[in-house]
Amino acid sequence: MATRNLMIVGVGGQGTLLASKMLGQLFLNQGFDVKVSEVHGMSQRGGSVVTYVRFGEKVYSPLIEKGEADFIVSFEALEAARWLPYLKMDGQIVTNTQEINPMPVITGAMDYPDDIIGKIKATGAQVDAMDCLSLAREAGSQKAVNIVLMGRLSKYFDLPEELWLEALDAVVPEKFRELNHKAFELGRNA
Amino acid sequence: MKQLMLGNKAVARGLFEAGCRFISSYPGTPSTEITEEAVKYDEIYCEWAPNEKVALEAAFGASLAGARAACAMKHVGLNVAADPLFSISYIGVQGGLVICVADDPGMHSSQNEQDSRHYAIAAKLPMLEPSNAQEAKDYVKKAYEISEQFKTPVLVKMVTRIAHSQSVVETEDRVERELIPYEKDQERVMMPAQAKRAHYKVEERTKALTAFAEEDKINRIEEGTDKAIGIITSSTSYQYAKEVYGDQYSILKLGMINPLPVEKIKNFAANVDRVLVIEELDPIIENHCKMIGVQVSGKDIFPLVDEFSQRVVADCMELPSKEFRSVDVQVPARPPIMCSGCPHRGIFYTLKKNKCMVYGDIGCYTLGAVAPLNAMDLNVCMGASLSGMHGFNKARGAEAERRTVGVIGDSTFVHSGMTGLANIAYNQSNSVSIILDNSITGMTGHQQNPTTGKNIKGDPAGQINLVDFCYALGFPKERVRIVDPYDLKQCDEVLKEELEVCAPSVIISRRPCALLKYVKHNPAYSVDSDKCVGCRSCMQIGCPSLSFVDGKAVIDATQCVGCGVCKQMCHTGAILDGLLTQSAVSGESKEGSVN
Repeated sequence: MATRNLMIVGVGGQGTLLASKMLGQLFLNQGFDVKVSEVHGMSQRGGSVVTYVRFGEKVYSPLIEKGEADFIVSFEALEAARWLPYLKMDGQIVTNTQEINPMPVITGAMDYPDDIIGKIKATGAQVDAMDCLSLAREAGSQKAVNIVLMGRLSKYFDLPEELWLEALDAVVPEKFRELNHKAFELGRNA
Repeated sequence: MKQLMLGNKAVARGLFEAGCRFISSYPGTPSTEITEEAVKYDEIYCEWAPNEKVALEAAFGASLAGARAACAMKHVGLNVAADPLFSISYIGVQGGLVICVADDPGMHSSQNEQDSRHYAIAAKLPMLEPSNAQEAKDYVKKAYEISEQFKTPVLVKMVTRIAHSQSVVETEDRVERELIPYEKDQERVMMPAQAKRAHYKVEERTKALTAFAEEDKINRIEEGTDKAIGIITSSTSYQYAKEVYGDQYSILKLGMINPLPVEKIKNFAANVDRVLVIEELDPIIENHCKMIGVQVSGKDIFPLVDEFSQRVVADCMELPSKEFRSVDVQVPARPPIMCSGCPHRGIFYTLKKNKCMVYGDIGCYTLGAVAPLNAMDLNVCMGASLSGMHGFNKARGAEAERRTVGVIGDSTFVHSGMTGLANIAYNQSNSVSIILDNSITGMTGHQQNPTTGKNIKGDPAGQINLVDFCYALGFPKERVRIVDPYDLKQCDEVLKEELEVCAPSVIISRRPCALLKYVKHNPAYSVDSDKCVGCRSCMQIGCPSLSFVDGKAVIDATQCVGCGVCKQMCHTGAILDGLLTQSAVSGESKEGSVN
């Protein structure tokens, strides 16, 4: 099997690391070789962050380059646009529609582009966009955006749902299990 | 058991399995998690030292005492630790000593892109370079064997993409080691006569290590099918070469980067038509090959700057690139920023307002340099703010002293700002030193330090009182000021007074990091849109909770922590205290506290 590439992109502090940890565990449990590359340090302070998840028979590079990602899971609309060049021509974007202003927009130097999701679709890319923040709140915590997105992503894989939930349980504390299962279901069935 | 492990966690696991008993480190991206993971093993004593020099000296002391010891640091940390590094190379070790150094090609979180391999060559020390998490663990254990066999400290070099990538690791059990008995041996006293004898021994050791490098399987050849090219590589570059070429070409994968083998390289080169050296940053392997008479291509093809990837390798080899899409609109950049409620914001706004020359330092507060605050002129290295400001002021005199400040965080101050402040106290420049005391080492992810009163495990520990420290250096009481950076008026008044006064002074800007778990936040502030006139005054502080919608300020209640700095910027009273609006609604008062 050729190596499969997933990117998780968002804004520092949105919980992208937990999502990548869950995916890493999921694919490891299926017996794949896995590499997950994270960003720590300065970029975490509200900057654009990216995590690469790769799995297959044998994975060499920890990185994903332009035109190589099978999936981009984006926690924020503008970040989906920023990382779009990394998507394969036939790749799939799964994105939250939430908009978080970057500093050039806050200072008034630039505008947040109108209908950014529409602009991504206009390139011909396959986009699955949904309001994950509302679903996360419905599940009980706005912090569960990452798990809502994982639920949505799971629809694109031919893997039984129990395996996803098993990987989820391995990375989140037991006291939040119910909330996270609900967030996962809301994402998967939205 | 197979586990997915961060490279740094795998280093910690290797230290554990090897029977390491003592680790002293200073945090620095991308090395921090080595020590943070190691401390989870009760069998290993771990500590945060005030800086890397102290950490290495402490680790060496533990090795001298007969224990397997280690320290971890980022690449620039090794500069700080360079002084003991060169001498302990001569003295040699008792218990195995492993120095983990993490380089940051691409400078994800660093001020330069230096290549630590130069240190291994300069200090004449063996250096191992793992290329994934499994090797990170295995090489640490190997490093201890080499250390004890050859009586030398051993460097294990990580890079960001290995330190911060998870890959599959097979774990093993820990093997306990008895302390090696200590015996006095005055050959360890590095006076000229002993040091001269020691240097001869070091050169003999390098010869023995070179023979080891020729034979040991840490430097391995992977045979390819096509002999047109042979690739010599190491570390993460090996992974990129494999990603691009798979098993097509033969690869000499070097796990030990100093000393490098000679015959092994010559034999490898003799079996291929052309040799390619793929290595990030400087041409260390390439220059070695050329020195031993092996013709190679290297930096004539691959860049000296920035990290590599499979794409960099493919592009440089002129292989076809992949197709991709992009949106036809400019995507605004999203640089890192100070968090909502960051205590650094108020003080940097004050410095901007007073048009200060700001001599910066290393930490979260370096973000005071970015828009819209733009309140930092430069930064150099850990601790350089206070010493650099002193030189600047001495050269330019009173004109500079009335507008120049040095800013330094609490952890950075203890790391290497204390000596700079001692110089100011001793040689008396009328400098204003601002210590940004947020009660934690922030940028690297909240590590304790000697001013926090807690050790690496969060347990009570000794605590340096910054105010008393300044008194001890000779600063009079009236010249050591404490301000609350959430109080813009106080910050402005105190700064102006200290800039005017003809004496060295210290301002301690004190407020814990807003991300600390024990910090209780106030309810979110809000904007009365009837009162907001759209003057954008509040936007000057660059708070991510603030934005402008339809010509009026809006506060994002999910992000705002109620620090109140924006309210002090507003001239029309349009920004409302969350605490007051909340109690007005509920009809009862609620006690709020930020501390």
